[in-house]
Amino acid sequence: MLLETQGLRKAFGGVQAVSNVDLAVLEGDVHALIGPNGAGKTTFFNLLTGSLRPDTGRIDFGGREITALPPQQICRMGIARSFQRASIFPKLSAFENVRVSVLAHEGKSFRLYPRANALARGEVESLLETVGLSDQADQPGESLSHGDRKRLELGIALANRPKLLLLDEPTAGMSPDETRSTMSLVQRLARERGITVLFTEHDMTVVFGIAQRVTVMHQGQVIADGSSEAVRENREVQRVYLGEAGWFWR
Amino acid sequence: MRGTSLRPLWGWGLLALGLGGFPLLASEFYIRLATEILIMALFAMSFNLLLGYGGMLSFGHAGFYAVGAYTVAILMKKTSVPFFLAFPAAPAVTALVAAVTGYFCVRLRGFYFSILTLAFGQLIWGVIFKWSALTEGDDGIVGIRAPTFLTSSGGSYYFTLVLTAACIGLLWMIIESPFGRTLLAIRENTDRTQFIGVDVNRLRLLAFVLSATFAGVAGALFAPFNGSVFPTFALWTKSGEVVMMSILGGMHTFLGPAVGAAIMLSLDQMISVYTEYWPFVLGVILLVLVLFFPAGITGFVRVLARRESAGTRLA
Repeated sequence: MLLETQGLRKAFGGVQAVSNVDLAVLEGDVHALIGPNGAGKTTFFNLLTGSLRPDTGRIDFGGREITALPPQQICRMGIARSFQRASIFPKLSAFENVRVSVLAHEGKSFRLYPRANALARGEVESLLETVGLSDQADQPGESLSHGDRKRLELGIALANRPKLLLLDEPTAGMSPDETRSTMSLVQRLARERGITVLFTEHDMTVVFGIAQRVTVMHQGQVIADGSSEAVRENREVQRVYLGEAGWFWR
Repeated sequence: MRGTSLRPLWGWGLLALGLGGFPLLASEFYIRLATEILIMALFAMSFNLLLGYGGMLSFGHAGFYAVGAYTVAILMKKTSVPFFLAFPAAPAVTALVAAVTGYFCVRLRGFYFSILTLAFGQLIWGVIFKWSALTEGDDGIVGIRAPTFLTSSGGSYYFTLVLTAACIGLLWMIIESPFGRTLLAIRENTDRTQFIGVDVNRLRLLAFVLSATFAGVAGALFAPFNGSVFPTFALWTKSGEVVMMSILGGMHTFLGPAVGAAIMLSLDQMISVYTEYWPFVLGVILLVLVLFFPAGITGFVRVLARRESAGTRLA
């Protein structure tokens, strides 16, 4: 087991955003976390990566407790993330966006010498190639298209050589073509580099297309968890989704 | 690539020649003005490491400038430590003071950071003002005797030129280093920088201390040049000067703040001959600049240059 949470809770005011969540992510899995808007998926991610402290409960990663550690430490232990709205460095070029992350991974962020230009070139170039941005290497991040920004953010996350990649709606706002190529990239990364992936997604074709395991959240709680076939057949899941919105089986 | 890397080399060569040959041609008055410009250029550029590269607007930077100046003044006047020891002590003491105050400041973001730096800057001013036994309070420390090679305006100019150039070289190295690039990333997106595994506050603290240290060098240069130091060196209006120089010259260009310093001090000399309302004129200039040339003078020149090269490409 790579990641495990026990009794994780987080409330905002009177609202239980995440309520008593136990979740296990197995090493090497592509694991989807689904649920309607407001189910608590993003809050859950924020707890895992240290942006938020849980009210109660604990998080273990690779056999070590990481509950309430600061984000930079959690990242250095091997959890990288992307955000729902691509979070990049707008005025820096795509190349520099990735380089800053490579330098951080190599523990060189505090070096005053030599010039950054003399370091990490090959690594950055191969990462840009992996995410398909070699041609835009010199473009400022802010001038990239929406889909390319998301890919750039994936490149920034990969530069940390993570064991676990948390992707919050990696294809939100992408065209069907972009969605397909992004998800096949994620699948390839999982297979070829052995990266475990936990992602949230609204598009069920994407979810059942690549996830081996699916966890369903509703109103802060886990209501189903299992192999994607089992979850697809689950009655309660069908009731939650079909009862409230028809998009699940769309 | 080759063409673009050669042209600046020419520019640097010309600049070095101009600055090196300047005292041979200019009068005493202008040599002293140029020396002061060099010192203020270093002060403004040290400040811009925080503002332009780190996105941190400090309103207390003059505090560190004053610490540098007073360290030299106190060591030489009160303890008769020779200049060659008092001078390097200044950046060391400044770094120490910055490490303590910065520890608190870098934890705050945006507006709150600015206010706390303002508070610490004023605190330094208060200490200098009140601790008369050490600092002579409001009277300032006068009659600092510079070593003989600094007594001539030329000697003082060259000493300042060499040290300023060395410090600017170091600043360039810092900005181009992995640290400098990561500092830019923090300016662009602080949260994201945490999630690539960087301890943001620690990095901001290092930037704060480095920036203050160079301000301390500028203060240490000014003390023997001026022959006296006063509490007003630490005042928030002095901090405001470097903010204005950076904005005037262009905070997103490496030499922008130095250009701002040169323009402000030159204008000060020229306009105050005609009117005592020089701050009014400065206000108008800043107003025009912020409204119409938000990237500062160097930023504006850069846009012009780009437009011109685009034009020649079309022709």
